[in-house]
Amino acid sequence: MERIPILRMGDILLVTIQVDMHDQLALTLQDDLSEKIRATSARGVLIDISALDIVDSFIGRMISTISGLASIMDATTVLVGMQPAVAITLVELGLTLPGVRTALNVDRGMRLLNERADDES
Amino acid sequence: MIVRDSGSQDVRIEQHIVLARQMVRKLAVQCGLRLVDQTKLITAASELARNAVIYGGGGAMDWAILERETRTGLRLVFRDEGPGIPDLGLAMTDGWTSGSGLGLGLTGAKRLVDEFELDSAPGAGTRVTIIKWT
Repeated sequence: MERIPILRMGDILLVTIQVDMHDQLALTLQDDLSEKIRATSARGVLIDISALDIVDSFIGRMISTISGLASIMDATTVLVGMQPAVAITLVELGLTLPGVRTALNVDRGMRLLNERADDES
Repeated sequence: MIVRDSGSQDVRIEQHIVLARQMVRKLAVQCGLRLVDQTKLITAASELARNAVIYGGGGAMDWAILERETRTGLRLVFRDEGPGIPDLGLAMTDGWTSGSGLGLGLTGAKRLVDEFELDSAPGAGTRVTIIKWT
C-alpha cells in the first residue's frame, strides 16, 4: 500500500508530503503518525508541505487532526513550507488551521521545536 | 461567449478526485490563469468533486474553455444523480454539513471562483457550475 514516509531525527518526526494525496492516503498518514509518536516518544512533528500545490478542506482537516492528536500525545506539530498561493486560497476557503503552529521553512520549524525542547529541560 | 474546447471526466470514486484536480490544473494552465487563480480553482474543484463522490454517490465533471471578448475562462460543472439538497440556503451556510465534513465545501468553493451556480432538488441530483476568468 502507498504510504507517506515518516523520518525520525532524534526527538523529531519529519514528514515531507511530495505527492498529490488522495483522501485515503491522508487518513493513513494520520494513523501512521500517531503510531510512530507512540513508538518513538517523539516530542515534535514537522510536516513539510512545500511540494503541495493545493490544500483543500480535507487535507486541512487532516493537518488539524494530526496537530491535535500529537498535542494530546505531548508532541508539538509545526507545519512548514506552505506556498503563498496555497495560503491565500486556504484563508479564502475559510480554513485558518486554528491551533496549528507554522513556520516558513524546515530550518525555522526545527528551531521552533528545539526551542520548545530547551524550554522544558 | 464562445466555447473553445470541452470535455468530461468521471468523478465516481475517491481516486477520481485526484484525477479531477490534475485535469483542472492542466486546463487552468492552458487557459493562462495566474498561479493564485489556478490554485483557487483547483481547490474549489477538489471540494466539489469530493461532494459529488461522498454526498452525490458519484457523478462527473464537465469542463469547457470559454472565450468572452479578451478574456478566457474555465467552466466546470459537477453533476451527480444523488439525493439532492433539500434546503439550498442551509447548504450555503458556512460550517453546516449533512455529513462529517467541515461544511466549507460549497461556501468555500463559491468564494474561490468568479461565478457560482448551485442547482439541486430532493431526488433530482445536484449540479454545481463554477467559472474562473483570466
